[in-house]
Amino acid sequence: MNLFAQGLLDSPLGLLLAGLIGLSFGFWLEKAGFGSSRRLAGIFYFRDFTVLQVMFSAIVTALLGLQTLSVLGLVDLTALYRMETVLGPQIAGGLVFGVGFVMGGWCPGTALVGLASGRLDALPFLLGAMLGSLGYAAVFPALGGFVDLGACGVSTLPESLGLSAGTMTLLLTGVALLLFFLVNRFGPRDPKAPAGDLASARST
Amino acid sequence: MNPHQHPIPAAGSADSPAAPPWNPYLAGIGLGLTLLLSYVVLGAGLGASGSIARVAATAAHALAPAAVEGNAYLGPWFAEGSPLVHYLVAMAAGVLLGGFLSALAGRRLRAGVERGPRISSRGRLLFALAGGILVGFASRMAGGCTSGQALSGGALLLTGSFAFMGAVFASGYAAAWFVRKEWLP
Repeated sequence: MNLFAQGLLDSPLGLLLAGLIGLSFGFWLEKAGFGSSRRLAGIFYFRDFTVLQVMFSAIVTALLGLQTLSVLGLVDLTALYRMETVLGPQIAGGLVFGVGFVMGGWCPGTALVGLASGRLDALPFLLGAMLGSLGYAAVFPALGGFVDLGACGVSTLPESLGLSAGTMTLLLTGVALLLFFLVNRFGPRDPKAPAGDLASARST
Repeated sequence: MNPHQHPIPAAGSADSPAAPPWNPYLAGIGLGLTLLLSYVVLGAGLGASGSIARVAATAAHALAPAAVEGNAYLGPWFAEGSPLVHYLVAMAAGVLLGGFLSALAGRRLRAGVERGPRISSRGRLLFALAGGILVGFASRMAGGCTSGQALSGGALLLTGSFAFMGAVFASGYAAAWFVRKEWLP
């Protein structure tokens, strides 16, 4: 189908389908327990590994699906919207993002889910994210060439490492399974311990 | 015992406890299939920060239209009408509704501020604001957040997405110690 390739992403049909996909996105984020900032922050204190478990199983599921559809000739991966790699701003942005993530207890998508389920701490986070976005736009002209620092065009990990896409897929799936094994084997067992426990969350 | 499988009481109603979240691997597979569907149908992945920036730009435009339209970053968003007519804004509306319905079904709808036992509500809200400012700024700089950059780009094995992910976790773990009073007992 690929509405992006047909230039129909922002057409009425595109908006409707994106809304429906968003519905499923929000549903699964909430079912994962991501309507809780304590659970999200728990990953940074080795108290709750839900973020790692959910994120890596989601990436591997979509990765295996995309690679399979590509091998079967059903999806042209090069026709999808693929963000260009610009290492400078992506690494610098990631470093700032990590600090904001552990301070704020949310990322943008989970804050929307938190707000929808009544978590009042999601509101100032989202307000801040609006201000921060405008702040970036304000300093953007002054950043000059930094926004293109380390630009590599559309670049994939297997190309960068000289591997085939299939090998990279299996490698990443293996790493994810190893992480899941370690989390299940050595992760927190005490039900009272996880920081994401909603029961110990406080209300105003 | 799995930490996700013990009952969690809902605020104000001891007799209707909130259901625990689902198994994280099941939720991850559901999320992954949603992402796959997004790529197959839309030809693009999931995203969240873009919609927040577009709402912010629209609000700023109402206050100072000339300044926003003249801005090198935001100006192009207004070239073809409203920046709100965008698939990521529609997706965010879906996320809000989907999250609401799932919380409702799981009896997890509850107004309150989540925080550790050592911080006041006001303190927690200030940290949330400050964290939000950093995340909003960083998402524009990196061209996406944990959804658009890490999750969606990761599934396509994009180099920049893995660089972003590594940076997020490296600095998150480094900063965690400094804000431990916000979360830990």
